[in-house]
Amino acid sequence: MDYTAAQSGFRQRKLQHNMRLRNSSVDRPDGSQLFDDTSAAVPGPEGAYRNQQAGPQAAGLPGHSFLSDPMSNLAVAYGSSLASQGREMVDKNLDRFIPISKLKYYFAVDTVYVGKKLGILVFPYMHKNWEVNYQQDIPVAPRFDVNAPDLYIPTMGFITYILVAGLALGTQNRFSPELLGVQASSALVWLIMEVLAVLLSLYLVTVNTDLTTIDLLAFSGYKYVGMIVGIVAGLLFGRPAYYLSLLWCCAAIFVFMIRTLRLKLLSEAAAEGKLIRGTRNQLRMYLTMSIAAAQPIFMYWLTYHLIT
Amino acid sequence: MAFTLYTLIQTAILCTNAIAVLHEERFLSRIGWGVDQGVGGFGDDPGVKAQTLNLIRSVRTVMRVPLIIVNSACIVLLLLFG
Repeated sequence: MDYTAAQSGFRQRKLQHNMRLRNSSVDRPDGSQLFDDTSAAVPGPEGAYRNQQAGPQAAGLPGHSFLSDPMSNLAVAYGSSLASQGREMVDKNLDRFIPISKLKYYFAVDTVYVGKKLGILVFPYMHKNWEVNYQQDIPVAPRFDVNAPDLYIPTMGFITYILVAGLALGTQNRFSPELLGVQASSALVWLIMEVLAVLLSLYLVTVNTDLTTIDLLAFSGYKYVGMIVGIVAGLLFGRPAYYLSLLWCCAAIFVFMIRTLRLKLLSEAAAEGKLIRGTRNQLRMYLTMSIAAAQPIFMYWLTYHLIT
Repeated sequence: MAFTLYTLIQTAILCTNAIAVLHEERFLSRIGWGVDQGVGGFGDDPGVKAQTLNLIRSVRTVMRVPLIIVNSACIVLLLLFG
């Protein structure tokens, strides 16, 4: 249906707008709407492109001044198509460097999992079954398996550690806002160095394991929970309480790391506790021990300067 | 203790430089860490020594040109900004 010039300019403007918006939505390759198209209430016809006729009539009339200008319509359409292209490009390139889909797996947690995991981190002595369940070669999401590593607790623990460190410094009148940034970058640098050292030693010992870098990051981040418990105890009850709770948490994280890494790094038989001779298994055992022993050292190193 | 991310970058550059500087025939072969001494058995167990030698050789090969660029940039930046 063609709309002639005899019709009211408002009607024509609305139809022009609808036609242009529908054209732009067809241009989008993946079909996902970048912006919600709430203005297209009436589906307009796929008629002729009445640009010239709408121009002089649209300029004089008030009302939908934003939508009336055909140039701004054009700009909206062009901008939205550019934005969707840019978004595609960013998604594609970002996925090459940071595997976003894999990261989503590590954040698929729920409250029950977090509660149980925190309990295991502080008291791992009652937990019996440490194996990770698999489902057709893919590890089950942390929501369904308490042994699976996740990134939620390490991230939250890191942020909470920085905040608690700021609190501790504040109670000693040593606080300034820059110190928060210094603490954060120091802890982050130590974390990165620890993960790199573990990766290097895993490479040197040629362990065939399915531990990814993100898994190692998760395991290294679990010590922040113990650190926070230690600092809070030290703030509330003084130095002896800090030492006691830190000792408890260090022992707990040591046992936790050994029991978790044993299944991943050592061969099947050695993981069940049999003593197997051979330099390879010995090396792997030493590696597991040193990774687990590095955790208490870092926990002490990163917290002792916060407690007077 | 005030580590920043910049110190991390500095550490990485210095360590990579240190590995890249090890000369093959003047030093590594003398102490028995040459390229020919790395490949031991053909089994599934290369051993720690073979892995380290492999690592040193690959760092030298891969990072030679990028290190030239990064070091030059570092020198220029340090000269300009202290």
